[in-house]
Amino acid sequence: MISYDVGVEISDRKAPTGPIEHRWSERRFEAKLVSPANRRKRTIIVVGTGLAGGAAGATLAEQGYRVIQFCIQDSPRRAHSIAAQGGINAAKNYRNDGDSIQRLFYDTVKGGDFRSRESNVYRLAEISTQIIDQCVAQGVPFAREYGGLLDTRSFGGVQVSRTFYARGQTGQQLLLGAYQALSRQIAAGRVEIHPRTEMLDLIVIDGHAKGVVVRDLVNGRISSYTADAVVLATGGYGNAYYLSTNAKGSNATAIWRAHRRGAYFANPAFTQIHPTCIPRSGEHQAKLTLMSESLRNDGRVWVPKKHGDPRPPREIPEEERDYFLERMYPRFGNLVPRDIASRATKNVCDEGRGVGPTGYGVYLDFAEAIDRLGMPIIKERYGNLFQMYERIAAEDPYTTPMRIYPAVHYTMGGLWVDYDLQSTIPGLFVIGEANFSDHGANRLGASALMQGLADGYFILPATINDYLADAAPVSVGTDRTEAEVRQRIDRLLKKGDRTADSFHRELGDLLWEHCGMSRTEASLRKALDRIPELREEFWDRITVTGSGQELNGELERAGRVADFLELAELMCLDALHREESCGGHFREESQTADGEAKRDDANFSYVAAWEYGKENPTLHKEELTFEYVHPAQRSYS
Amino acid sequence: MNLTLRIWRQPNAETAGKLVDYQIHDIGKDLSFLEMLDVLNERLASNNEEPIAFDSDCREGICGMCGLVIDGVPHGPSQGTTCQLHMRSFHDGQTITVEPWRAATFPVIRDLVVDRTPLDRIIQAGGYISAPTGSAPEANALPVPKADAEAAFDAAACIGCGACVAACPNGSAMLFTAAKAAHLAHLPQGQPERKTRARGMVEAQDELGFGGCSTVGACTTVCPKDIPLATIAQLNRDVLRPARSR
Repeated sequence: MISYDVGVEISDRKAPTGPIEHRWSERRFEAKLVSPANRRKRTIIVVGTGLAGGAAGATLAEQGYRVIQFCIQDSPRRAHSIAAQGGINAAKNYRNDGDSIQRLFYDTVKGGDFRSRESNVYRLAEISTQIIDQCVAQGVPFAREYGGLLDTRSFGGVQVSRTFYARGQTGQQLLLGAYQALSRQIAAGRVEIHPRTEMLDLIVIDGHAKGVVVRDLVNGRISSYTADAVVLATGGYGNAYYLSTNAKGSNATAIWRAHRRGAYFANPAFTQIHPTCIPRSGEHQAKLTLMSESLRNDGRVWVPKKHGDPRPPREIPEEERDYFLERMYPRFGNLVPRDIASRATKNVCDEGRGVGPTGYGVYLDFAEAIDRLGMPIIKERYGNLFQMYERIAAEDPYTTPMRIYPAVHYTMGGLWVDYDLQSTIPGLFVIGEANFSDHGANRLGASALMQGLADGYFILPATINDYLADAAPVSVGTDRTEAEVRQRIDRLLKKGDRTADSFHRELGDLLWEHCGMSRTEASLRKALDRIPELREEFWDRITVTGSGQELNGELERAGRVADFLELAELMCLDALHREESCGGHFREESQTADGEAKRDDANFSYVAAWEYGKENPTLHKEELTFEYVHPAQRSYS
Repeated sequence: MNLTLRIWRQPNAETAGKLVDYQIHDIGKDLSFLEMLDVLNERLASNNEEPIAFDSDCREGICGMCGLVIDGVPHGPSQGTTCQLHMRSFHDGQTITVEPWRAATFPVIRDLVVDRTPLDRIIQAGGYISAPTGSAPEANALPVPKADAEAAFDAAACIGCGACVAACPNGSAMLFTAAKAAHLAHLPQGQPERKTRARGMVEAQDELGFGGCSTVGACTTVCPKDIPLATIAQLNRDVLRPARSR
């Protein structure tokens, strides 16, 4: 089994140390600027066009930089941010319900189970209000009250109503806002856009990120692009589990290739399992569908009290139902954070009280809300979600309770970045879900959109100048990277007897089983024994039809699965080394008397940043200190 | 269920394509249509035959990446996107024809994959509000009547899949263009550029080779997001009204 070395500690040297509410403005003041005349001489590569990448590309171009941008989809408008449903948090306090930047900061640090950096989270809360202003100005059609002012709703893990939303399609509307801003810059000639193009490696010259090697997915052409800085906005790695709520094309190749070139990977074990997804139905299932967490505002989660109760839900009387979240967590009820709701759901199903054909499901029931609020209000709030559910499950949620079960949804881990969002490779910046910052060991609902846009619109465009001001201009020299990419593709193009998908499914089952909602030393060791074997088998037996000089989905998938097979090992190793439980990382050996995650602050209050090694990775710890929010056992009961 | 699939195969834009028959067995009715194609592709790849290229990504009806013409109808027999279509909409023994979007402006890249970048070009020609990052006023400074926000949303729900173009006998992109124009025209923030936006996008679609709209309405029957035909009337009004009248 793989082992690891422990290296020197690392730290974030960019965040100022004064009072937390001044740190961001201080950093912006300290950061060097690039004069407008010099900006047009500087080129920045942005990979990805989701909320983070789209926002960054547009904003950097508005500032006068020359931007070259890539996405794997056929249009920048299709990045997976588009599928986010519920909403985006902002500390506007429009409801006058006691919200503030301070409270959003506190909720996020606590929700993340004290495994994020205070400076970063405070800045995120601070910027949240500007994001809403920006999006409204772009024409994002947020939900409104009859007076014409913005409406909000509540979301899991908090007691205020700070989530702005556009029906159940908030991600779509925010992304279209960013896409339109980007389109304006493409038309102005300041952004050169390359759709259907995949980044396959990072070019590092003299220790600095200076470009990327990409493959044109239509004709297979491999080429190199160089720039003064590279920004990765390529999303998370939830698809390592094969079945997740991520889009089919979402993958880890860009961040994994950068990791192999020297960018540290932080907290790879921190994955979020979302409690409300449509349960699996069969073996050919290609992905899982999320049902927005906002449904938990009005839906009540329950299972029958009796094990294996065969009656249809409507025939089970009230007193024979167990509304287990309300019972276990009376203060937050159905609105506990995602990790807690997911684990509670898993536990009642493991007890044998799950519902549906597989027994892996619980009811999410709207009968009470429909009685209380009436059908039209429920339709207005959740109409499109109910319709989506009915299409997939062929059941009408207005009359029959939905069946839900947790599924992999988001990864809090990602490439390590400092306060400037710069990785351990100078000139390589990482934004959005692709980095590890801000969410600690568990992300609160409606915070991903907030973070992606904060990074893309406001943080990166302010911090990247500091690097560019001193960066040496690109020297175009000969580089081996492109040749290595070609060699790897040649290795993948072979006629074996197993498809990339079949390896991916096996890897996904392995991770779900051993590195999923709860983890033990024994199960993780098992996975760590099996993954290298599976990887060897992959290179031995993989079959990829066709050639490299054409649109070839099999080849694309094979390359991504090969990277997942490496990343999965690091995920399990990180999960094994972190012997505490925290947030979404639940080690069965470390739990409280009532089964909640038990942190071990004395030994694990750090970010685990992994350095790639040919043989073994090296662990670098970044100590976390808390000056403002004092770590306590998280309690939502 | 057992099915005969008649699928369009075309190696690239330069080579002629043809329909090829495939038999597929034991398909469960809860499978989605694209999962059924996944099963077929897995079989083809295992036999070292070239799998069928088709686009898909989110598989929950929102990214707009997927789009097949199934038995002559863009997105097939149920209202919604191709990825939301399930095999329960078909019956055992059926023959199903699967083709790519058919439009001169959407050349076939391979098999069922087409190039829809002209839709992006229409947006680039004005389908935005110029609001550089950092310049926005306080979000609640400008109230938007709820009805306007709702109408804007109804139009903004367009996912840019291009089914409207594929269904139109003229190959017109008018519903797509009108949806973006209507989204922004319903909002006070969209007023300053309203006329130039409408004209810019309409001119772009003409230059790109999309056909003209003769209000056939085929677009709205296949639109997975129910964009109303009335948006086209509104766009026409904005284009035809003299520039100085507001």
